[in-house]
Amino acid sequence: MLDRDQVLHVARLARLELSEDEVGRMSAELSAVLEHIERIAELGTLEGVAPTAQVVAVENALRADEPRPSLPVEVALQSAPDPDRGGFRVPSPGPAPA
Amino acid sequence: MNEALTLTAVQAAARIRAGALDPAELWEGYRARAAADELNAYTWVAPAGEPPDADRAAPLAGIPLAVKDLFCTEGVPSQAGSRILEDYRPPYTATAVERLRHAGAPLLGKTNQDEFAMGSSTENSAFGPTLNPWDRGRVPGGSSGGSAAAVAAGSAPWAIGTDTGGSIRQPAALCGIVGLKPTYGAVSRYGMIAFASSLDQAGPFTRDVRDAALLLGAMAGKDPCDSTSVGLPEPVRLPERTDLQGVRIGVPDELSGEGIEPGVLAAFEATLDIARRLGAAVERCRLPHAPHALSAYYLIAPAECSSNLARYDGVRYGARAADGVHDLLSMYTETREQHFGAEVKRRIMLGTYALSSGYYDAYYGRAQQVRTMILRDFAAAFADFDFIATPASPNVAFELGSKLDDPLAMYLNDFCAVPMSLAGIPALSLPNGLSDGLPTGFQLAGPALSENALLEAAHALEQAIGFDAAPWRRAA
Repeated sequence: MLDRDQVLHVARLARLELSEDEVGRMSAELSAVLEHIERIAELGTLEGVAPTAQVVAVENALRADEPRPSLPVEVALQSAPDPDRGGFRVPSPGPAPA
Repeated sequence: MNEALTLTAVQAAARIRAGALDPAELWEGYRARAAADELNAYTWVAPAGEPPDADRAAPLAGIPLAVKDLFCTEGVPSQAGSRILEDYRPPYTATAVERLRHAGAPLLGKTNQDEFAMGSSTENSAFGPTLNPWDRGRVPGGSSGGSAAAVAAGSAPWAIGTDTGGSIRQPAALCGIVGLKPTYGAVSRYGMIAFASSLDQAGPFTRDVRDAALLLGAMAGKDPCDSTSVGLPEPVRLPERTDLQGVRIGVPDELSGEGIEPGVLAAFEATLDIARRLGAAVERCRLPHAPHALSAYYLIAPAECSSNLARYDGVRYGARAADGVHDLLSMYTETREQHFGAEVKRRIMLGTYALSSGYYDAYYGRAQQVRTMILRDFAAAFADFDFIATPASPNVAFELGSKLDDPLAMYLNDFCAVPMSLAGIPALSLPNGLSDGLPTGFQLAGPALSENALLEAAHALEQAIGFDAAPWRRAA
């Protein structure tokens, strides 16, 4: 069960600004999904079972560290919402915390 | 009536190479159909005008290709079904699309999908739902619903999509066509707008199994731009097989009984009988952890998505919020709030929760351990069987809107498909009949990198099933 405070906490972590309506719906919907998901607890202890993060039998993929052509700056900036002098302009982070 | 548009891609390529069919005629025919599409299967269609240059000798002979919206295509909208990427035109093309273009398949159109491939109905697209060509009141499945509907309707000869937890196989099943999720790593993910990177895999939607082999062969390959790509160990052959002598097929109890619609189950059993008649040994088997695959999937995929989608912050590309922005943080949060759809937010929240301090071990960590157990289940099953068979989807196409308010009911659509995704093994959906006039899909899965054997077995089944009701056959 995910209560209102938890939803707001997770939303902050996820950089989502949920509306009041969304907070209520999210709490109900995620709780229902989690109730199903939590059945994996029924499997009991899985001690000693290594986690699987990926399934490809590749350990490392190395290549020579040689410079190669990359996207020109103007191409990399062509879809930017607010390009400025070869960079991405963003709003100020605001005043430093006291 | 254009008879050339009723051909499979393999048949059309043969005619083109023999000089009996002009690839420009094929292009014009399909382009006109795609432009006239009434299913909302496309989000972009190539403009009218000069057909692309076609090399008749190329492996794909100039046969046009529909591509799921989330593949980056240089200069062409690549929006992944999301408002946050509305009219985004990437500066480069995904490796899979580039390989296919190079092999002779020009880009016909981009196809509709659930936002960032999150969904099983294509109703989560910011650009409206795609309709099922069998019944326009029903969904085509998802997330690659546009690709499936386009091929089923005959407005594209073939298409590509992506499958993270069933997003090729389930829409192929619901639209009555062939859909193949290759082994994880067979096809490069470079240029695929990411959802869950340890699961995402591109694959073909086709009218028949031979077309799937032709398309897969041209897509697959190791790519220096994707370090997790491994390609396939041998070239993909056009399957010829018409029997299943000596083939052992396992039918897991966990994925072929409870939760499957009666009509789907009846079609499934009938196909198993056909497999026996063709000489296969068909036996029940166990995948003991498969009932927990859905839970593991709905922790792992959202966890990866919450990380992957952190990139949509209004800085480098995509939309940026105009309202409510007073500093950097509010720019991030308002951009994401205003431009992500409900399902994407839900998955980001679920994934962030599963990864958050205090919950990581119980959710994400445990899901990764369950993934190990599922890999072991398949390894044990493949010691006794060449293939595992299940229904591709527990149900036929459902009515638009019927599951939108119940995320869990929507997620349960994936329960036959996600175990194979977690294991990274190849699996395809083969149309195997109708239930109340709607197509059903038969899923066949094999060990990693067994694509050739899988396609051969599927071809034998396809020939014996003789499914010939698909709308594309009538579209001419």
